[in-house]
Amino acid sequence: MLQRLQHLLGIEDLTREQVSFILDQAKPFQEFQRHPLKKLATLRGKTVALAFFENSTRTRISFATAAARLGADTMNLQAESSSLKKGESLLDTVWTLEALRPDGIVIRHSSSGAPEFVAQRLGIPVVNAGDGTHEHPTQALLDALTIRDRKSTLDGLRLTILGDILHSRVARSNIHLLSKFGAHVTLCGPAMWVPRELESLAPNVRRVTHIDEALDGADVIIVLRVQTERLHEPSLAPEEYILQFQLTPERLRLAGKDALVLHPGPMIRGLEIDPGVADGPQSCVLEQVTNGLAIRMALLYHLVGGAASEPAAGPGTAGKEK
Amino acid sequence: MLLIKNGRVLDPSSKTDALIDILIDGPRIMRVGPDLSASQIDIFDASGMIVAPGFIDLHCHLREPGQELSETIETGTRAAARGGFTAVCTMPNTQPVNDNASVTRGIVERAAAAGAVRVWPIGAASVGSKGEALAEIAAMKDAGIVAVSDDGKPVATARLMRQVMDYCRSLDLPVIDHCEDPSLFAGGVMREGPRSIRLGLKGIPAQSESICVGRDVEVAMLTGARLHIAHMSARASLEYVRSAKAQGLQVTCEVTPHHFTLIDEDVRYDSHYKMNPPLASGEDRAALIEGLADGSVDAIATDHAPHHPSSKDVEFDRAPFGIIGFETALALALSELAHPGKISLIRLVDLFTTGPARVLGIERKIAADEPADLTIFSLDHTWTYHTSDSPSRSRNTPFDGRTFRGAPMATIVAGKIVYRR
Repeated sequence: MLQRLQHLLGIEDLTREQVSFILDQAKPFQEFQRHPLKKLATLRGKTVALAFFENSTRTRISFATAAARLGADTMNLQAESSSLKKGESLLDTVWTLEALRPDGIVIRHSSSGAPEFVAQRLGIPVVNAGDGTHEHPTQALLDALTIRDRKSTLDGLRLTILGDILHSRVARSNIHLLSKFGAHVTLCGPAMWVPRELESLAPNVRRVTHIDEALDGADVIIVLRVQTERLHEPSLAPEEYILQFQLTPERLRLAGKDALVLHPGPMIRGLEIDPGVADGPQSCVLEQVTNGLAIRMALLYHLVGGAASEPAAGPGTAGKEK
Repeated sequence: MLLIKNGRVLDPSSKTDALIDILIDGPRIMRVGPDLSASQIDIFDASGMIVAPGFIDLHCHLREPGQELSETIETGTRAAARGGFTAVCTMPNTQPVNDNASVTRGIVERAAAAGAVRVWPIGAASVGSKGEALAEIAAMKDAGIVAVSDDGKPVATARLMRQVMDYCRSLDLPVIDHCEDPSLFAGGVMREGPRSIRLGLKGIPAQSESICVGRDVEVAMLTGARLHIAHMSARASLEYVRSAKAQGLQVTCEVTPHHFTLIDEDVRYDSHYKMNPPLASGEDRAALIEGLADGSVDAIATDHAPHHPSSKDVEFDRAPFGIIGFETALALALSELAHPGKISLIRLVDLFTTGPARVLGIERKIAADEPADLTIFSLDHTWTYHTSDSPSRSRNTPFDGRTFRGAPMATIVAGKIVYRR
């Protein structure tokens, strides 16, 4: 039986069925993005708190738009303007937000585990919008939706992830997700960013030194941004990275013409990816962005709209008491 | 006068394991022998209990002076008494740092006035533990320190360590080092390995510790000083200590209860699992237990590190390192080491008494004229640890709510029962 989600804290603890359920739930919201009038009343009267303790533009706009198109109101907390700058603890900040009575909270935070920490202490659904170097579950779900649309299945894919795997929450969530569907995962990047322990994340994860070998036979290639701001290690010279690890049209040919190229953004053209690949027919980057809306609408509908969408609940029950 | 009757006396110094009585007169033991009696005395019936020399904790943080929100000498020593400890060595990373005789005297005076058990201060090795100039070690020794350490961090450089060791050798003081290589530690928050990768928490490799242990052993060889490795967590560190002992160097080490109980795979997003050194691998834990059994490890020390609840109730990577440990140390040693038969009972007592005493260069035994410091404990008493019952000002432990078999039943310091269950 499908276990109803209370929060979305990560992909690791989801079942394969739960992942498929979320992807299925996103289908109608994908089509909805093409409507001329993009506003539903599904979550009217509901409020979603967007607590972005770490800077974000893309993910925050995506969640805010998803909430708006469902008819929900949002309250925004952003790192620079928040009282965190004045020394308030995370707990006090989220308790304050909770006292404003939102129906769910979306959290991005630079500390791994912060959404789980909050979920254990609040009584409302928590959605992880990226925590430290741990997980970015909505990114993996939107990637999976994009891949499933193009490949018509998620089963048994050969996935290659390029770049700084060690510091990537996107990589972890994608490995967890696609491994639930039997993926063979190849990781490739500068050796200090691809430690051996990554192979313990899931079955059939291997590391490869040379990009040519990593691309050979790949069905899906995820190119990671070189996250210089997250690095504690001395970073590599950009020229060295480009020469060794940039995804170029020539290298992409090794993977075959059906291989998909995904990038979580923001993308740095000319560093980790050649513009010819980024704009080429195999690139899915803009579909990823649109699918992000569908996934986030489906999740907010499922997590925040839960009470109202249950059969027993009728009109006028939307403002649930706490 | 106080008579401890019918207890099973375990004294590693004389390898005693016998049902004998102990008669205490004032602060000292008067007689030890079978079927003692006297008139006008208080009797403690220790039937079914173990009577051991008073437990010594080589490593704790009482936070006074300067961090009294987390702990004080009074609250910390009351917690120590509940854990069966009769003497605790308190680390110098207070505010101000215990790097001169006036701070040492302040601690000694406060302990005399408010301490439930004996407090033996450890002095800083360098001024402010900053790793530059030598602290006033000789003056602190006169004021009562029993060892030196820059605990919280390693003695900064091999050159400074050489000076500290040379000087401490002349004063016959042990040098205790918190071993870590800052460049490898590099802002890590848990042991590097599969678990840190999965949780996305910055890892600290085992070599951060063992490289520094290797350095210290080399400097001990150069100077001939007494070196004690604090809270040792890695197998590779233990190998350095073993080889140093085999060469006849005066190198000793301690292991904490949490390192012989928990491993990195137990870590979750709960700062009660965040300590430094971090919880190590299962392989390391097995090696430490082997060292505890075969004598390579000299002492069990708690590294009792109180932090006020509000400072710990934060994101994992922002929380301070450390957990409290006085009240659970013996129970963990019994349940993890003695009950499963990994070490003998007399070895367990050694690790809490004669072992740490050897590190400090003192004697610890149950005999006439010795100080009447005794720890009486039960092997079977079943109890549940609740931090809400603790006299400590802090609550930071992963063992809250755990049920144990075996517990301290009474703690006697200088002839007085300072704790009784």
